[in-house]
Amino acid sequence: MRVLLFGRLGDVAGWRERGFDPPPASLSALKALIAAEDADLGLAIAGPGVRAAVDRVIVRGEAALGPGAEVAFLPPMSGG
Amino acid sequence: MIRLVEGGFELTAFCAGRTESGAVASFVGIARGERGAATALELEAYPGFTEVEIGRMVEAATARFSLHDALVIHRHGAIAPGEPIVMVATASAHRREAFEACDYLMDYLKSRAPFWKKEHGPAGARWVEPTERDLDDLARWE
Repeated sequence: MRVLLFGRLGDVAGWRERGFDPPPASLSALKALIAAEDADLGLAIAGPGVRAAVDRVIVRGEAALGPGAEVAFLPPMSGG
Repeated sequence: MIRLVEGGFELTAFCAGRTESGAVASFVGIARGERGAATALELEAYPGFTEVEIGRMVEAATARFSLHDALVIHRHGAIAPGEPIVMVATASAHRREAFEACDYLMDYLKSRAPFWKKEHGPAGARWVEPTERDLDDLARWE
């Protein structure tokens, strides 16, 4: 599965796209894995206004993740 | 500047073939230099997501203002001061709806479109979020 970071999240992490193989089973497991690897990124993802999209659909709460999933973490948008 | 042209202009294709749309309104947004404080803009989009979200705004505008058609062209990537960022055009039977829909779409694009904007300047780079003014503009429609 792939994880995409946008806006300031990419600056915090030092990457904007990364594969996770094997994929964590759920969105919460992915967040826990990220936080364990990079505490700053874990905090940034848990921060106010940050939303998650799974396969380009905003998810509120939990979601199951398969090997082909695309998860994006979206900080507050700037607008165009 | 006033230009009189005999040939086409950028809206020619959008205007073509409309026998029932009496009005096409358009807006072009340009990157401001902020008197030297902004040397470049970097606009990040999420391809496949950003277009869908903008499509929802266009659908809402189409229903609200009885539009015949709408066009949104938005750039992403690096943009220098003075370069166009966005163009919106709307077509309707009468001009009021076209004007208002264009205004409405720009207000939504400025505050709700999924873009992440980084402004580079002599003082460094910063991520931009919608301003109070952008949010006040949006509140006019809600």
